[in-house]
Amino acid sequence: MRFDPLTAVTRFGGGPSPLHALPTTASDMLDEAREDPFAGAHPFTTTDDFVASEALLAELRSARRNSRGTAEREANDEAFAEARRAAQARANDDLKRSFLRQAGLAYGLRERLVAFWSDHFAAGGRGGAADRLAALTLTSDAIRPHVMGSFTEMLRAVVRHPVMLRYLDQVRSMGPNSRVGRRRDNAGLNENLARELLELHTLGVGAPYDQRDVRELAELLTGLTVERGEGFIFREDFVEPGAEEVLGQTYGGRGKPGGLVPIDAVLDDLARHPATADHIARKLAVHFVSDTPDPALVAHVAARFRETGGDLAEVAAALLEHPGAWDLTRRNVKWPALYIASSLRALGLGAAEVSALDPRRVHQLIRRPLEGMGQPWTEPPDPAGFEEADPSWITPQAVAARINWAMRSPARLTDALPDPREMLRLVAGDRAPGELTFAVGAAEDRKVGVGLVLASPTFQRV
Amino acid sequence: MMDRRKFLTSAVLGCSAAASPLVTPLTLASAPWEGRLVVIILRGALDGLDAVRPLGDPGYLALREGLLETGAEDHGLDGFFALHPGLAPLVPLWQAGELSVAHATSTPYRDKRSHFDGQAILEAGAWARGGDIPVDGWLNRLLQIAPGVEARTAFSVGRERMHLLAGAGPHATWLPKTELALSAQAQQLLELVYHEDPLFRDAARQAGEIIADVDAAPMMEEEDEAAMGSMMDGMAGGPGLGRFTGEVARFVVEQLGLETRIAAFSLGGWDTHSGQNAALNRGLGQLATTILTLKAGLGPIWGKTAVLVMTEFGRTARVNGNRGTDHGTGGAMLMAGGALKGGQAFGGWPGLDESDLYAGRDLMPTRDIRAYAGHIMRAMFGVSSGDLERVIFPGLDLGEDPGLLL
Repeated sequence: MRFDPLTAVTRFGGGPSPLHALPTTASDMLDEAREDPFAGAHPFTTTDDFVASEALLAELRSARRNSRGTAEREANDEAFAEARRAAQARANDDLKRSFLRQAGLAYGLRERLVAFWSDHFAAGGRGGAADRLAALTLTSDAIRPHVMGSFTEMLRAVVRHPVMLRYLDQVRSMGPNSRVGRRRDNAGLNENLARELLELHTLGVGAPYDQRDVRELAELLTGLTVERGEGFIFREDFVEPGAEEVLGQTYGGRGKPGGLVPIDAVLDDLARHPATADHIARKLAVHFVSDTPDPALVAHVAARFRETGGDLAEVAAALLEHPGAWDLTRRNVKWPALYIASSLRALGLGAAEVSALDPRRVHQLIRRPLEGMGQPWTEPPDPAGFEEADPSWITPQAVAARINWAMRSPARLTDALPDPREMLRLVAGDRAPGELTFAVGAAEDRKVGVGLVLASPTFQRV
Repeated sequence: MMDRRKFLTSAVLGCSAAASPLVTPLTLASAPWEGRLVVIILRGALDGLDAVRPLGDPGYLALREGLLETGAEDHGLDGFFALHPGLAPLVPLWQAGELSVAHATSTPYRDKRSHFDGQAILEAGAWARGGDIPVDGWLNRLLQIAPGVEARTAFSVGRERMHLLAGAGPHATWLPKTELALSAQAQQLLELVYHEDPLFRDAARQAGEIIADVDAAPMMEEEDEAAMGSMMDGMAGGPGLGRFTGEVARFVVEQLGLETRIAAFSLGGWDTHSGQNAALNRGLGQLATTILTLKAGLGPIWGKTAVLVMTEFGRTARVNGNRGTDHGTGGAMLMAGGALKGGQAFGGWPGLDESDLYAGRDLMPTRDIRAYAGHIMRAMFGVSSGDLERVIFPGLDLGEDPGLLL
């Protein structure tokens, strides 16, 4: 194990910052990651908030429609528009809260893990603006509490979350022989959630499951649904009667407990399946280290996952302790969100500075650039999440967006641009390539020098 | 084609291209085909019954009296169909054989009438009830099977990712007016910094080239611009082209003159639940200008070009209580371009009696919209029927060739 402070904070944290000393051991980073010190002062929108807000919007929309041609119409229009603005503002605030944490933490491993797991359980990219707001609550309530906890707990929380249930069409799924299914002509099973659970969330696509397992799992999951104003509910009358067999194990059936019990049981078993450990370990290595990670690293992390029953703090430790994680010849390109967050840190912005950004600047300096770089906030392209491969992120359009951000945004974010040579030393230590050192020194002014540092492959790779 | 590159004096570069390290001479890649295809996706479900009005159907006036402006001039096409006033500037194209319409057409999508799903299905090019929508787009699947396709053969233009072109097939995405915020000196330093990292070096070089192409040559000579100006003055709905759409059209014209053979972009604002007249006057006016801008800019290349204008579904036959229409099923598709055997209206007309309508409310589709796109690609690019029905548009029955192109 070759813990290197600069690589540690770059590859596994938010990147170096003049406001914080570098970590000295992996434990420094792991210990910091166990808690969210900003939870009290900057709480995120909760799922319940969102559910209530959505119900309110639906009510106001109806009131508006029903009052067409009457005196109340204008007042209702205004109430609806106001409620929608408030919901939008809440979502924008959540974006700021996320970046505030990324900028404000000493090392930032926790936020990196939050980003990884939110992408692993990607949801919310489909549908309109309402769904995008909702996606934030999946991260806040189902992911964040468990990033250094239990994978099984995270899985259970995700599968109960209204955003995931809608995104993967579980709300349209009912057992053909369920009480409701029998009465309706076009009611049926929807297999999306079952399939993605197996293919994306747990076992992975190469694992030994087949279409029959998908179907049986889909039958087992019936009952999970969402009701407006309530959020997640379980509907007994959607449940497909009978036992189901998934990967050779039987769940539910006559005489056995029903409801969520067999569902939680299958989730447990999927979480513990050896293939899941392999799948997750590989994803972690690819995400944090390199598109082609050292197989020994992957094996090491998978073993820890299996041995600890998916203890994610232990799994993170395994990732950090293996030599394969420290190979400097393989370096991923940063995702846009990490690129921007690590830039904020390198520029010396902390929680207070990010908190002070008004909505317009958050939009112009963070949200819009993220879109331009190909990573619209909370809009993954599909349930598999964002691409990992470097060439997906460095296309002509995207690199132009990154270069422009590097050249224009720092001066809009801070009055006190750092000395570019010091900034280079901060982010690259003594490893800056000769041509980068030369270029930064030759820059005509601070703005260009800082821009060259941020636009450099040295900074854009972990 | 190479000539334009010799005279690059782009303000962005601040120096002549020959000396700029960020622009290296492109080898002239041979493009896979000569024909150009432009696909314009209208997001929000254009009301086909208003854009292309079946005045020849006796039931139309009764259904649409809430919308039709009395005393307005008819822009008749063939004695049955007429164009919406916003599209009036395209009548000369119909007369010149460079405009066709396909009516009562849609994707296989039925019943849910969701914009989001409808657009996904339109761009994915496949759907079966209860089945999955492909994650790649049909245009990308064309690129996957066509030989000789390179990154700039196809462009998706605009800010958002287009499903239509998403997928493994090589293509490029560009946002017009993207510039590199670099002085000449900064640019040279950056090129030095990127030199050892091929991924960054090549992407930045291509960005520089694309930007240089856009800035290099003016789109049209001054007298053409004046002619365009007087064409635009006569249109309802305000000044001709939104700035952004104008930039998109310019960029498309520019690239189609180089190696690009396919371009796609989208226009929004078609979801006319209320105030349909004002919205379509504006929107269709802008669409007409966009098409005419392409024609004017492409010059002789227009003769090898087909533009397809598609939308996710049509709208209700009846007008609603807000002088608008709601989501429907069958709609209209426009085709424009010098490659067309134009002046034709395609699609069996199903009628507008209550019993003729789909679910008693929507225009009944009589042909799969993908068949039109398929026949265009077959004629223009030589794609086989088998590939069209199995790969590009899985589940499509291509059917008889309607004779869309010259």
